[in-house]
Amino acid sequence: MNTPREAPVAMETPAAEGAAVGSCVSAPAQAFRSAVRLFLFVALATALLSATYLWTRPRIEASLAAEKMKFIDEVLPSERYDNALLADTLTLSPTPELGQKTASVVYRARLRGEPAALVLEAIAPDGYAGNIRLVMGVTTAGEITGVRVVEHQETPGLGDYIDPKKDRNKASPWIAQFTGIVAPGVPDAEWKVKKEKGRFDQRAGATVSPRAVIEAVRKAARFAEKAGPRLFVKEETP
Amino acid sequence: MSLNRAMCKTLICDGLWKQNTGLVQILGLCPLLAISTNTVNATMLALATLFVMMISNAAVAGLRRWIPHEIRIPAFILIIAALVTIVDLLFNAFFHELYVILGIFIPLITTNCIVLARVEAFAARNSMAHSMLDGLAMGLGLLWLLAFLGAIRELLGGGTLFSGIEMVIPGTHALQVFPEEYPGFLLAVLPPGAFILLGCLIAGKNWLDARAASVGHVVPVTPDPVHGVEGAPS
Repeated sequence: MNTPREAPVAMETPAAEGAAVGSCVSAPAQAFRSAVRLFLFVALATALLSATYLWTRPRIEASLAAEKMKFIDEVLPSERYDNALLADTLTLSPTPELGQKTASVVYRARLRGEPAALVLEAIAPDGYAGNIRLVMGVTTAGEITGVRVVEHQETPGLGDYIDPKKDRNKASPWIAQFTGIVAPGVPDAEWKVKKEKGRFDQRAGATVSPRAVIEAVRKAARFAEKAGPRLFVKEETP
Repeated sequence: MSLNRAMCKTLICDGLWKQNTGLVQILGLCPLLAISTNTVNATMLALATLFVMMISNAAVAGLRRWIPHEIRIPAFILIIAALVTIVDLLFNAFFHELYVILGIFIPLITTNCIVLARVEAFAARNSMAHSMLDGLAMGLGLLWLLAFLGAIRELLGGGTLFSGIEMVIPGTHALQVFPEEYPGFLLAVLPPGAFILLGCLIAGKNWLDARAASVGHVVPVTPDPVHGVEGAPS
C-alpha cells in the first residue's frame, strides 16, 4: 500500500546556517536584525499591494458600475427613464422597511424630468441561510417593474430558484411573478405563497426562501408607496 | 539554479499523483469541498491557488537567504497574504462575476495550509526554479482533482457541465449532458457529497496504486534526488 511519504525536504539546511550566524551575534542584535528584515518585507509587500490596487482600481470601479447597471436593467426597463440613474442616487439611513440595518442606496429614475420609478436595494433577513439581497424597481404608480436576487446563500438545487440564473424554468422564472404587480392594489393577505392561500407560486421542496423574498418585496413596495414622493425631492447630503 | 532533470520528474510525479495535495496530503480541503460544486468555479479557484503557490514558492526561494529562521513563518505568511490580495484584486478587476461567486474563497487561499506547507517544506530549502516547478506541479495536482470533483458533482447534481463558463470565456455556454428533466441529485452538490466523492477518489487512487504494485509494475528504484542525496552539493 502506498503510505504518504514525507513531503520533499532539505537539500540545504538554512536552520544550521542561521544557528551558526546566531552564535556570533548577541540576542538583542539578532532580534533587531529580524525586526528590520520583517519591516523591509512589510514595506515591500505594501508597495506591491498599493501598485496593484492603483492599477486595478479603475477596472474594479467600472465592473462594479457595470454589475449594478446590469441588475438595474433587469428590474427597470431602460425606456422607462432618461436620466443618468447611477448619478441620481439618494443614500438612505438604515431603513427597517427595506430590511436594511445599514445605509442603502436608492436610484431615482426620471422621465423628461418627472419622477418615474425608484430602484431599491432590499434585504430579506429570514432566508433559509441568512440574508437574501434584492434589487427591485417600483414606478411612482406602485407597479413593480422587476425584482432580482443579488446575493443569497440558499441551498443549491432547492431554494436557489429565487435567483433566475439558477431557476430551472428559464421560460418563466419564479422571480418574474412580481413583474407587473401594482402593489397598492394587492392586500397584504395576498402576499403569500399559494400553499398559504396567497397569490405566488412556490416550487416543491422549498417554501422558506420564496416566503422571505415575497415578504421583503411587499415591505419594500409599501415603503416606496409611502415614502416615494419624499424620496424624489430629497437632496443627497454628502 | 539550473533544473535538475531527475528532480523535475520527481516533482511533477509527486505533485500530480504520488503526493497529490487532495488525495495524499489531504490538505486544503476547505476550497476543495466548498467550491467544487461545478467545474468552472473549481477550476478557477484551483488556478488562483496554483498561481499563488508558484509565485509564493518562487518568492520564498528567492528570498530565503534574507529571511531569518526565527521569523520565517510571519515572513512566509506576509508574502502569501500579499500575493493572495493581488490575485483577489486581479479577479475583481478582470473576472468580476466569478469574483462575486468565489467570494471569500479567494482571500481564504492565504489560510490554505497547502500553500504554507509547500513554502515551509520545499521552497525555504530549494532553488527558485525547482520551487516554482514544485508550486506548479502541486497546483496542477490540485487543479485536476478539483476540476474532476467539480465535474462529477455538477454532472450528478444538475446534469450539466461547465455551467458559468460564459463568465470566463464570453460567447461560450454550458453543456446540458443529461436531459432538461433530470431531477438533480442534491447530495452531490452539498458538502457531504464532496466528502463522499473525495473518499471514493482516494480509495480509487489507493486501489490503482495497490494494483500497480501487485502486478510487479514497481517503479525502478533510482536514487531519489529529493530525499536520497542529503548533503550533496546543489
